Amino acid sequence: MIAHAENIPRGRHPLVQFIARWVLTTNHKEIGTLYLCLSFTLFMIAGAMAMLFRLELAQPGLQFVTANFYNQTVTLHGLIMVFGAVMPAFVGLANWMIPMMIGAPDMALPRLNNFSFWILPFAFFMLLSTLFMEGGAPNFGWTLYAPLSTTYGPPSTDFLIFGIHLMGISSVLGAINIIVTIFNLRAPGMTLMKMPLFVWTWLITAFLLIMVMPVLAGAVTMMLTDRHFGTSFFSAAGGGDPLLFQHVFWFFGHPEVYILILPGFGIASQIIPTFSRKKLFGYRSMVYATVSIAILSFIVWGHHMFATGMPLVTELFFMYATMLIAIPTGVKVFNWVATMWRGSLTFETPMLFALGFVVMFTIGGLSGLMLAIVPADFQYHDTFFVVAHLHYVLYPGAIFATMGAVYYWLPKWTGNMYNERLGKIHFWIAVVGLNVTFFPMHFVGLAGMPRRIVDYSLPFSDLNLVSSIGAGILGLSQLLFLYIVVQTIRGGEKATDQVWEGAEGLEWTIPSPAPHHTFETPPHVE
Amino acid sequence: MTDSRDRQRKHTALLLLVAVGMFGFAFALVPLYNVFCELTGINGKTSGQATVSVQTSPILEREVTIQFLAHVGRGMPWEFRPMESRLRVRLGEVNETRFYVRNHANQAVTGQAVPSVAPGLAARYLHKIECFCFTQQTLEAGEEMEMLVKFYMGVDLPADINTLSLSYALFPVTVAQTTGLEIDRDSSDITSAAHEEHSGS
Repeated sequence: MIAHAENIPRGRHPLVQFIARWVLTTNHKEIGTLYLCLSFTLFMIAGAMAMLFRLELAQPGLQFVTANFYNQTVTLHGLIMVFGAVMPAFVGLANWMIPMMIGAPDMALPRLNNFSFWILPFAFFMLLSTLFMEGGAPNFGWTLYAPLSTTYGPPSTDFLIFGIHLMGISSVLGAINIIVTIFNLRAPGMTLMKMPLFVWTWLITAFLLIMVMPVLAGAVTMMLTDRHFGTSFFSAAGGGDPLLFQHVFWFFGHPEVYILILPGFGIASQIIPTFSRKKLFGYRSMVYATVSIAILSFIVWGHHMFATGMPLVTELFFMYATMLIAIPTGVKVFNWVATMWRGSLTFETPMLFALGFVVMFTIGGLSGLMLAIVPADFQYHDTFFVVAHLHYVLYPGAIFATMGAVYYWLPKWTGNMYNERLGKIHFWIAVVGLNVTFFPMHFVGLAGMPRRIVDYSLPFSDLNLVSSIGAGILGLSQLLFLYIVVQTIRGGEKATDQVWEGAEGLEWTIPSPAPHHTFETPPHVE
Repeated sequence: MTDSRDRQRKHTALLLLVAVGMFGFAFALVPLYNVFCELTGINGKTSGQATVSVQTSPILEREVTIQFLAHVGRGMPWEFRPMESRLRVRLGEVNETRFYVRNHANQAVTGQAVPSVAPGLAARYLHKIECFCFTQQTLEAGEEMEMLVKFYMGVDLPADINTLSLSYALFPVTVAQTTGLEIDRDSSDITSAAHEEHSGS
C-alpha cells in the first residue's frame, strides 16, 4: 500500500537512484524534509530581495534600483515569504511530526502527498521567472489589487496567476491529506482531546486552507478573465467594481494570516511545557481559543479596508469583531505564561525561540489592536507602521516558531544534538536583528512614511539606516542557522530517544534518529 | 481495514467537494456583494433607473450642498466636466445641472458614464428623474454636447449629511464591449489619434 523508498530499482547509476528516491518518495519523513528544504531555499531568495530593498532604503534618493524594480522585489518578497517560505515550512513540519505524534505509520494519502509537494517547485519557478521577462515581474504588491493587477499589470502577471493556482492546489491537497490522516489514522486511545496541540492547531489550519485557498484561486481567475476575456469583475467601465477585488481578496487574506500563525501557536504549546517540565496549562481552553480565532477570522476582513470609504456602521462592526480576537489570543498568551509559572525552567535554544515568539508576537498583537481602531487606522493606513506590525507578528510568529521547532525536533530527525552554544548565539543575533530592523518602522510609520515607495523624505533617513543595518544582521543570522543545521546533520553528540528531559508524547518514544518507518503497529495510548 | 479505507475515501471526497464549493463561492461573492450593497446602499452606487413619479412630499427648508465631479476613464478621448461645480439645493426640490462633453477623437466614440455618490449612504436619497448615465452616448468626431441630470434629494436624508458629491466616470464602450479583447491597444490608438489631431490643430 505504501510505496517504499527501498522499492526503487537498484543497479542504476547512483545519481539516478538518488534523484528517483527523492522524486518518487511517498514517505512522510522524506516529503517533510523536501518541504523544509524548499522552504528554506525560498526563504533565502525572498530574504535576498529584502536585503536588496533595505540596501536601497538605507539612504533617501535612488541608489541601486529603479522604482519599478523596487516594486517588483517588494511584491515577490511578500508572495514568496507567505506562500513559499512560511506555508511550506509548516507543511513540512506537519508531514514530519503529525504521523509520529498521533501514532500513525504515515500520512493517509502518501501519493497525493508526493504530488502536492512536487507541484510547488514548478509554481515558484514560474513566479520567479517573471523577474527575467520583458516588462518585468508583477509590481503591484502581494495583495494584487485591481486595477493595478488587471488594467495596469505587466504581461508577466499571467504567470503569477497560474503560479498561485498551482500553490493553491498544492495547499488544498496537502490540507485534505492532513485532515484525513488526523481523522482516520490516530492510534487506539488517542482521542481528539488527547492530541498534542501542534496536531490540533494544524487540523484547524487545514480546514482554513480548504475554505480560503479556493477563494484566492477564484479571485485570481477573475483577474485572468478581466485581463484577457473581456469580463469586468473589477472594472467600473463594464459595470464591475474594483473594490470587489479587495473584498474577495481579504475574505481569503485574513484567514490566511491565521494559517501563517496557528501552527506557530501549536509549536509554542509543545516547546514551553517541555522546558518548564510541566503539563500545558489549560489544554482545553487552548483548543477552544484556536477554534474561535479560526471562526472569527472569517468576519474581520473589512479591517484591511477601513480607508476605502466604508460606511461607519460597517467600520464599527469590523473594528469590534477584530478586537474580539484579542480575547482568545490573550487566553493563549496567559496559558503559556501560566505553564511556566513555578516550572523548572531551562533555556535551551528551542525554549529561547518559543519565548521570543511569545514576547514579540504580543508586541505585534498590540500594534494590531491599535490598527483595529478605525480613527487611528486612518492615520496608520499604508504607512510603515503596518509594515512594522505585520513583521512583528509574522517574523516571531511564523519564522521564530519554525526555527524553534527545527531546534526542538532536529535531534529526533537526525539523531544528533545541535551545537547548543551556536544555537543560543543564533537566537540572540536574530532577536537583536529583528528588533533593530522592525522597531524603528513603528516610528517612521507614525511620522507618516508611506509603505511601498522606493524613496522617502529626509527626516526619515536616520531610522531607515538603523532598519537597514538591522536587516543586514538578520540576514546574516540565517547563514549561521544553515551552518548549525548542516553541522547537526553531519554529526554531533548522539541524542537520546527522549532527547529533552521534560519531553512527553509519542514522538519521543521512538528511537533517535527516527527510523524510516515508525508505528507500523500502532502504539496504545492509555 | 477495508472499512477504514472506505472512510478515508469518503473524507477525501467530502473535503475535495468543500474546496470546489469554496471556489464557486468566490464567484458567488460577486452577485452577493452587489445584492448586499443594493439592499444597504453602502457603496455609493445610485439606482440605474430613473425615478418615475416625482415625489409628492413638500419641499423642506433644509438645504444641502451637492458637488459635481467628472472623470474621464482610461482611453477615453473626451473632454468631460460639470458646467457648475456645486449647487445648494433644498430637500425635495427638483433641480437640474448639465455636464459638458466633447469628443476629441477623429471618429465616433460611444461612452458610458458610471455614477458614484459620496458619502455612500447618501446614494439612496439621491433620486434622479433624468440622467445621461441611464443610457450610452455616441458623439461624432469633434462633436460637443451638454448632458442633463435632473434630480431631487429625498426629504428623509440623514441629518448628519450636509455636503455630498456626485461624481461620474466616463468610459469608452465601443472598444470595450463591441470588440471585447485588446481593450488597451485599441483605446490607446484612439488616444494617440486624439493627441495627433490636437497637436495638428
